[in-house]
Amino acid sequence: MSAPEPSFREKGKVMDAEAIRRAIVRIAHEVLEHHKGGEALALVGIRTRGALLAQRLAKEIESIDRRPVPVGILDITLYRDDLSRIALNPIVHATEIPFNVDELHLILVDDVLFTGRTIRAALNALNDLGRPKTIQLAVLVDRGHRELPIRADYAGKNIPTNLREHVEVRLVELDEQDEVVVEVPAHAEGHAA
Amino acid sequence: MTTTITPPAVAETARWTRKDLLGLRELSAEEIRLILQTAESFREISLRPIKKVPALRGKTVVNLFFEPSTRTRTSFELAAKRLSADIVNIAPQGSSLSKGETVLDTVRNLEALKVDVLVIRHAAAGVPALIARQASSSVINAGDGAHEHPTQALLDLFTIQEKRGHLEGLNVSIIGDIAHSRVARSNIWGLTKLGARVTVCGPPTLMPAEIGQLGVRVTYHVEEAIRGADVLMLLRIQHERQEMRLIPGLREYRLRYGLTRERMALAKPEALIMHPGPVNRGVEIDSSVADGPFSVILDQVTNGLAVRMAVLFLVSGTPKAEEGA
Repeated sequence: MSAPEPSFREKGKVMDAEAIRRAIVRIAHEVLEHHKGGEALALVGIRTRGALLAQRLAKEIESIDRRPVPVGILDITLYRDDLSRIALNPIVHATEIPFNVDELHLILVDDVLFTGRTIRAALNALNDLGRPKTIQLAVLVDRGHRELPIRADYAGKNIPTNLREHVEVRLVELDEQDEVVVEVPAHAEGHAA
Repeated sequence: MTTTITPPAVAETARWTRKDLLGLRELSAEEIRLILQTAESFREISLRPIKKVPALRGKTVVNLFFEPSTRTRTSFELAAKRLSADIVNIAPQGSSLSKGETVLDTVRNLEALKVDVLVIRHAAAGVPALIARQASSSVINAGDGAHEHPTQALLDLFTIQEKRGHLEGLNVSIIGDIAHSRVARSNIWGLTKLGARVTVCGPPTLMPAEIGQLGVRVTYHVEEAIRGADVLMLLRIQHERQEMRLIPGLREYRLRYGLTRERMALAKPEALIMHPGPVNRGVEIDSSVADGPFSVILDQVTNGLAVRMAVLFLVSGTPKAEEGA
């Protein structure tokens, strides 16, 4: 039997729709500055919200640079290091990367950077798909508490958190509105996040 | 260039909670859809240059086949390997089974070696279920007597869905030795649960008396089964059936029930031709039909791999008794 979901209540909104939009525009500029025109550039978003953010980022880069940027979707379920520890299976979705990653400069996109384990899994997954020339990491929120030597090359916002809090990124495509909120356990002595 | 995110076919809350996969009879439509959707995600792995993911690293799968099998065993073996599991094959010849050890003793010995999944084929119906009750490892039924062959039916469902986009409302005709076919039984459960209309057809000697209770239409005229069908599923006619005097002869069978080129004229223009294999060319199906443009027999084999990966993955993810909840 699965443990009951700990209930959380909202502590505060840390980004609104406009802040998210501006962060993506800024990251688009930083990516193009670093890649000097964006040749052989491709974005890979981590399911599900990272994939949506990757599509938004690609649109921004295209509007600045007038050049299409390929976008792929990575499902990292099969690469998680906690498969045997989660009680019941998560639903596996397909990886959809419609281009060859060899020799490309890839930007991995995710919503929240936390322990770094998702990114570790994503790097392993990409490794099985080919040999990109470089891989960088773009995230909307960096909340700290890394457990692995991983850092973001582009971050929308750094948000200091404690371990018991939840950072939830909501995007209009799935959640009706764009916002980032920090949640805390409903009961003060609640479960660790 | 952008990729769209396709909406999931099943609710995100759908969860697999079974230790074993013994048949389609006990599964809900939602559980069947969850397996098919998981298989859809696994299909892409076999198209990669590196056809392997680490999902079942450290798990051990045992193929315990008390009946000979090449395609199902190979399919399970490759499925396990592509998920990075270790796999051991045990066949009755050359094992202690030929020295008189009981099935349950064999399983107890394997469990003492700490295996995680047992894939079992047996000539007697119910053996996988018997083992599943005794064993703490997961059990996958790879065919038991004339009872069920769930992964075959799942790959058939997957193939129809892939080719037609849906299963609801389709007319599916299963033609051949219905009485002795575990493939037919599993398919009847799966197809009817997902909303297809099933017709079974074969000689009266190869038709179980109570088959109508499963909610299928029964006909003894192959033309009736062919006309209007969206899918024609042929079953293998085993030579032993002739020795058992259930059919007068293989040539006679072809004349009365074979899917010949002439009879194909009665079919819908794009009817899918399916066969679980191995094919008896010139008996239940003519070569020109088996190799024709609407034959999806080899797609069934390809999809079988993805379906078995999905099943291995799902049963491996449920908590085992000894580990606690």
